[in-house]
Amino acid sequence: MTGATGTPAIAIPQEAPQASAPDAAVPAGPVVGHVRTGRRGRRGDPASWAIRAASLLAAAGLWQLLTAADARIGLRFDRLPSPAEVVTELARQLGTGLYWLDLAQSVIRILTGFALAAVLGVGTGVLVARSRRAGDVLLPPLEVVRPIPAIAMVPIAILLFPADEQGIVFITFAAAFFPIMVSTRHAVRALPTLWEDAVRTLGGGRRRVLWNVVLPGALPGVLGGLSVGMGVAWICVISAEMISGELGVGYRTWRAYTVVDYPGVIVGMATIGVLGWVTSGAVELVGRRLTRWLPRAEGSGS
Amino acid sequence: MTAPAASAAPATPAPRRGTALALDRVSLGYGRDPVLRDVALEVAPGEVLVVVGSSGSGKSTLLRALAGLLAPSAGRVLADGAEVRGPSAERAMVFQDDALLPWRTVRGNVELALAVRGTRRRERAAAAAGWIERVGLAGSERRLPRELSGGMRQRVQLARALVGAPRAVLMDEPFGSLDAQTRAEMQRLLVRVLADTPATVVFVTHDVDEALLLGDRVTVLGGGGVRAVHDVPRPHEGSDDARALRARILEEL
Repeated sequence: MTGATGTPAIAIPQEAPQASAPDAAVPAGPVVGHVRTGRRGRRGDPASWAIRAASLLAAAGLWQLLTAADARIGLRFDRLPSPAEVVTELARQLGTGLYWLDLAQSVIRILTGFALAAVLGVGTGVLVARSRRAGDVLLPPLEVVRPIPAIAMVPIAILLFPADEQGIVFITFAAAFFPIMVSTRHAVRALPTLWEDAVRTLGGGRRRVLWNVVLPGALPGVLGGLSVGMGVAWICVISAEMISGELGVGYRTWRAYTVVDYPGVIVGMATIGVLGWVTSGAVELVGRRLTRWLPRAEGSGS
Repeated sequence: MTAPAASAAPATPAPRRGTALALDRVSLGYGRDPVLRDVALEVAPGEVLVVVGSSGSGKSTLLRALAGLLAPSAGRVLADGAEVRGPSAERAMVFQDDALLPWRTVRGNVELALAVRGTRRRERAAAAAGWIERVGLAGSERRLPRELSGGMRQRVQLARALVGAPRAVLMDEPFGSLDAQTRAEMQRLLVRVLADTPATVVFVTHDVDEALLLGDRVTVLGGGGVRAVHDVPRPHEGSDDARALRARILEEL
């Protein structure tokens, strides 16, 4: 029973970052519209904005209708809270300190795990791409661990780390590390050798090449990895919180389920979605800022 | 990685002169068909040597060996008599295209040459500004490479190569992907700019007219070796000697 109901709950954070991807690209809309002349700005069109808003409202309306009528049409809407109940519950929770405490705890966990993964992932990726010997040493163990979903490491994390907190951060780190490391490695390997040759014939040594060519040149690829890493980090931090922990949005959501507080579950889900959207939006934004030099079509399409 | 100590660095800042470059029976590449086989070549300080050859003749490889980017499988590459073991700022290189760092502006790319050797920011800015103006790019300092035409990008490369006052400049078909008119403009610019520097120049091209226009001497490369070396008569425009030389080189190619 836990497994059956647990699956959709865990799947939510996975959907959140994905669903947010098109939204996150919206700010670039007008720019793209200006650059690509000849094609009318699809995203800026007021009519299509109206249609989108109407579509969203219609979905919420349908949900309200089904729950208000206690519909049982294969799916059981009689137990699902209505949007009105969810909004009421959200308004109540927003006024409590606990909601914000949970939120802050989850954000701290994800930022810690993600920052560690970014630093170590980029560092390891560069190292194994630039040094054959480092690759020989580091890649075999990493390749063995890589296919294991980070969430499957929860028991190990509990065994290894004295505190729950460290375990959760470790799971988050492990989830984000691999996409970041792998995309960094590929990006570094794909660098044109001409840039390196140019810096070397200007008198630059290894360190200059690293700072002036490898890191900035690999950045677009690295950003792709950071984006993916942020997505999986959310999945894992929430899942880990559901399994262990005494605070955090994931913990609160699961707890709401166990005490039959269904509006609370949906408030938790929505919170996770918003957090995922904001963090991947931040990664996107920083990425776009740092890669202004890319040709526009590529820069805005990532 | 460390630049080979410039041969016997003078204690007093003597007027800089160009490097004497030489290939001492250099072979490069392995197997029965090496790219270069037993190539001997000498470039006098301050001279402009143009290497012409059809594609696949090994002229780019030769230039990369002189730069220190490629190690010969046999023989030695010499700069002022000392063996070259790696690239050095003393031998700047201008590539055919796309060698600018796309995330750096015009100024950033030119300053790169000074930044890698740790020049102070203020000196860097002044030197870069001077060279950007000399190559005719004043006003474009803040543009990115992708916002420039092919000719402008090569101007940036030229400024980047020369801003560090190298003692040799190695140019690998720098105007090869430009249209005829831009190419003529760039050739005039190059002649002007080189007149002010003491640097030795090795210029690789497949264009015989370009070779005769720019070179003090022309080396014809083919089949992995040097086919001929010619002095270019001056002034070369319109003289019978030059016409005869042109015909001869075209035959040797």
